[in-house]
Amino acid sequence: MSEKHQVKTLDKVVVRFSGDSGDGMQLAGNIFTNVSAALGCTVSTFPDYPAEIRAPQGSLSGVSGFQVSVGVGVHTPGDSCDVLVAMNPAALKQNIRFLRRGGTVIVDIDSFRPADLRKAQFATDDAFAELGIDENCLLQVPVTQMTRDALADSGLDNKSMLKCRNIFALGLVCWLFDRPLEEAVAHLGSKFAKKPAIFEANKRVLQAGFDYGHNVHASVPTYRIESEVPRPGIYTDINGNTATAWGLIMASEKSGLPLFLGSYPITPATDILHELAKRKDLGVKAVQMEDEIAGVCSAIGASFAGNLAVTSTSGPGLALKSEAIGLAVIAELPLVVIDVQRGGPSTGLPTKTEQTDLMQALYGRNGESPVAVVAPATPTDCFDMAFEACRIAVEHMTPVILLSDAFIGNGASAWRVPEADEYPAITQPRVPEAMKAEGTWQPYSRDPETLVRYWATPGTPGLAHRIGGLEKDCKCGAISTDPANHERMVETRREKIARIARDIPALEVMCDTDADTLLVGWGGTCGHLHSAADELCAAGVPTAFAHFRYINPLPANTAEVLRRYKRVIVAELNSGMMADWLQCHFPDINIRRINKVQGQPFLVGELVEGVKNIVNE
Amino acid sequence: MDNQTYTAADYKNGQSVRWCPGCGDHAILNTLHKAMATLGVPPHRTAVISGIGCSSRLPYYMNTYGFHTIHGRAAAIATGFKIANPEMTVWQISGDGDGLAIGGNHFIHAVRRNIDINIVLFNNKIYGLTKGQYSPTSPRGFVSKSSPYGTVEDPFIPAELAFGARGNFFARSIDVELATSQEVLVAAARHKGTSVVEILQNCVIFNNGIHSSVTDREHRSERTIHLRHGQKMTFGPENERGLVQDGFLLKAVTIGQDGYTLDDVLVHDAHTPSNFLHQQLAMMDGTDLPLAVGVIRDVEAPTYTDTLEAQIADVRTRKGHATLRDMVLAGNTWEVK
Repeated sequence: MSEKHQVKTLDKVVVRFSGDSGDGMQLAGNIFTNVSAALGCTVSTFPDYPAEIRAPQGSLSGVSGFQVSVGVGVHTPGDSCDVLVAMNPAALKQNIRFLRRGGTVIVDIDSFRPADLRKAQFATDDAFAELGIDENCLLQVPVTQMTRDALADSGLDNKSMLKCRNIFALGLVCWLFDRPLEEAVAHLGSKFAKKPAIFEANKRVLQAGFDYGHNVHASVPTYRIESEVPRPGIYTDINGNTATAWGLIMASEKSGLPLFLGSYPITPATDILHELAKRKDLGVKAVQMEDEIAGVCSAIGASFAGNLAVTSTSGPGLALKSEAIGLAVIAELPLVVIDVQRGGPSTGLPTKTEQTDLMQALYGRNGESPVAVVAPATPTDCFDMAFEACRIAVEHMTPVILLSDAFIGNGASAWRVPEADEYPAITQPRVPEAMKAEGTWQPYSRDPETLVRYWATPGTPGLAHRIGGLEKDCKCGAISTDPANHERMVETRREKIARIARDIPALEVMCDTDADTLLVGWGGTCGHLHSAADELCAAGVPTAFAHFRYINPLPANTAEVLRRYKRVIVAELNSGMMADWLQCHFPDINIRRINKVQGQPFLVGELVEGVKNIVNE
Repeated sequence: MDNQTYTAADYKNGQSVRWCPGCGDHAILNTLHKAMATLGVPPHRTAVISGIGCSSRLPYYMNTYGFHTIHGRAAAIATGFKIANPEMTVWQISGDGDGLAIGGNHFIHAVRRNIDINIVLFNNKIYGLTKGQYSPTSPRGFVSKSSPYGTVEDPFIPAELAFGARGNFFARSIDVELATSQEVLVAAARHKGTSVVEILQNCVIFNNGIHSSVTDREHRSERTIHLRHGQKMTFGPENERGLVQDGFLLKAVTIGQDGYTLDDVLVHDAHTPSNFLHQQLAMMDGTDLPLAVGVIRDVEAPTYTDTLEAQIADVRTRKGHATLRDMVLAGNTWEVK
């Protein structure tokens, strides 16, 4: 967190449409430009025609492109594009050099048959590998087939159907960037005013492309968060979900515990399952279970068995896992639960970002069942906080909920590959040898300082024991319904979590630390908030900035930091959950709020505006 | 290798057993202790995982590693446990409500995956711990506190569900048949893959006598058949009855009558991959045909755990990395100086 993070490309997006010169790329690009302009964006375009009027189809010389930059304060079409649409292999080959690092490629996979690849002079049958395209950044869409299917009963001949492929791609791009279709339909209407059948076909295909994006939960990272002064070292591009997966692996290496993931597919968390499923090359066991409950339960079983156990999900899945997390609370087993938050309630906005699961993470279980809650600040911080979640879970024998979100989960950033010794060893709280020798160990024997229950893993001779979801006697771990014992156990579990505060870093204050106003955030909004605080300082509104990555327990110096400032403003992507959490801890502090619940990240401008309004009251 | 031998007492712990006097669970617990001693897997190499319900209290009475978990989820928890620690012998204890109602999804998927665990299903056709509601194995029309006018739904037959989920091991016993229970529990543990053992268990308080039309001593030999691999399917007080093929179905005949001889009586093949006959045998309910106990199906198939370990070993050999850092550095990187 000492590195400064800045949100970039927030204000503009560069899309490059490319295909054969007969594929209608200029039309698709033009309509996207006009639609964006109608929404109030400034636009800048760069058509890139081939020299030949009609070069051979599918050949490198026949590629036509159209680049458009849309957003706020756009002055150029952009040096490189964020999204490259390539309708065939030749287009991909010619245009890949315009894609910025970590950008997204959308291809019509139906036009990547071996014959197509040869026309574009690929040496192998894998164009993507040949061009070094990371599959995480690649959307392979059956554009041709889906266009044909959409028009199956249109009465159009095959050739006319295929002429609509560009509009399918346009529909998909409209989905990705939240462009309503009405405006695009109007443009198609004027373009094909004299050909009603062709207009109807294009309208239908436009909708089909949009629906396809919706149905497969297609999303592209349209934001980039970068640290300003990169430290020397080896770098790679990483998105938050991959960073989360790798942080877990690092924790596995540093704890000596095999890594187990029990999961179930859910947007926008599934990439964590994908990444760990690939990591059999590092010995990771990633199991796709039959449902969310089985995902967490298999992880609890794996934890009892002695693994570093993790389950990954999003908000609806966290709701399903609640009862099982309570089991891990009372059994006092290490468990990491990753919630990549999305818009809710219910199915809500599966591909959009929010911070609305904070209360669920803190309180969403029956009974008094405290867990540790942490939240990464940026895509690369997902690595650190996944590691921290594991460290806290193992060293404190507790479930830990990691609150990532769709924005940082999908967002990419350059990440310095850590050296082998950069992360601390994670110590398993094993039964002390002295206790074993004296025979004094019991299943709920604890470390007197941390209150951590010692971990005796199955397979160890002499330590066979039974645990479970019924309340336990505070010492021997036998079932107990004794009233005083229950209260004592409730208090012990609470205090055990509270004492984690001794084992986490203090809350840092950044920007103008001497200001009267403290802007406070948590989790994936860090880049926007930091940028806003900088902008405020530059605009003569001195602002300090503090960002929480540890939420339960709060860092030990939290009260001291908050009380230092005249105004404390909590900005978050919900209706005020963190503000409430802080307010209930520190009733004497007047907590002010900036909230947004639109499924979208903050804009730096609206944060600046919000802070100014409060300061000027 | 541990050459120590064990007795049933090594698997018992000192906790006082809290089931009702006369409950069938007592007998099952005792036979499980004996089966474990026969198997000789050390207590610290054995884990017993249960859900919620009367039967699920069982881990507390074991001297092994044990986990009394939450309602319906034992199969999922046992799955994660076994994958994480394949060296352990894992037993899952469930009742008909825990295993087939709230836990039905986990049950079928554990069976489908062929996780190497032993699922012991105590079937008393009632919810006992919540004091007497009908369960997913209660017969149609069953009167209970939650079905005062009789149920209007059909029950699951556990074997049918297990075969539907492509199960490779199914055995059945009756709580009072100690020797049979011990025999099938040992066979279940020796089978590689998911083993399902249904034990017809009597709930003396809320469903007393639910199995008695089949299991009462005076007619048990006529209404049950003990299947053993490689042996003739005979039953009756004098083994005078036998099962023969009747078209695609089974028929019970008396040997020496109607022209049937012992040669006509089928020989039980528990190891044949086809479950067609196994299913027919398992569906016999003690009315027209005798209820089958013993090992009905026991077929070797690849287990999830073994296949996963082999796949990891293979991937690691072909393109394994020693550390995360090595793996990352093998991909696309650049250097900032």
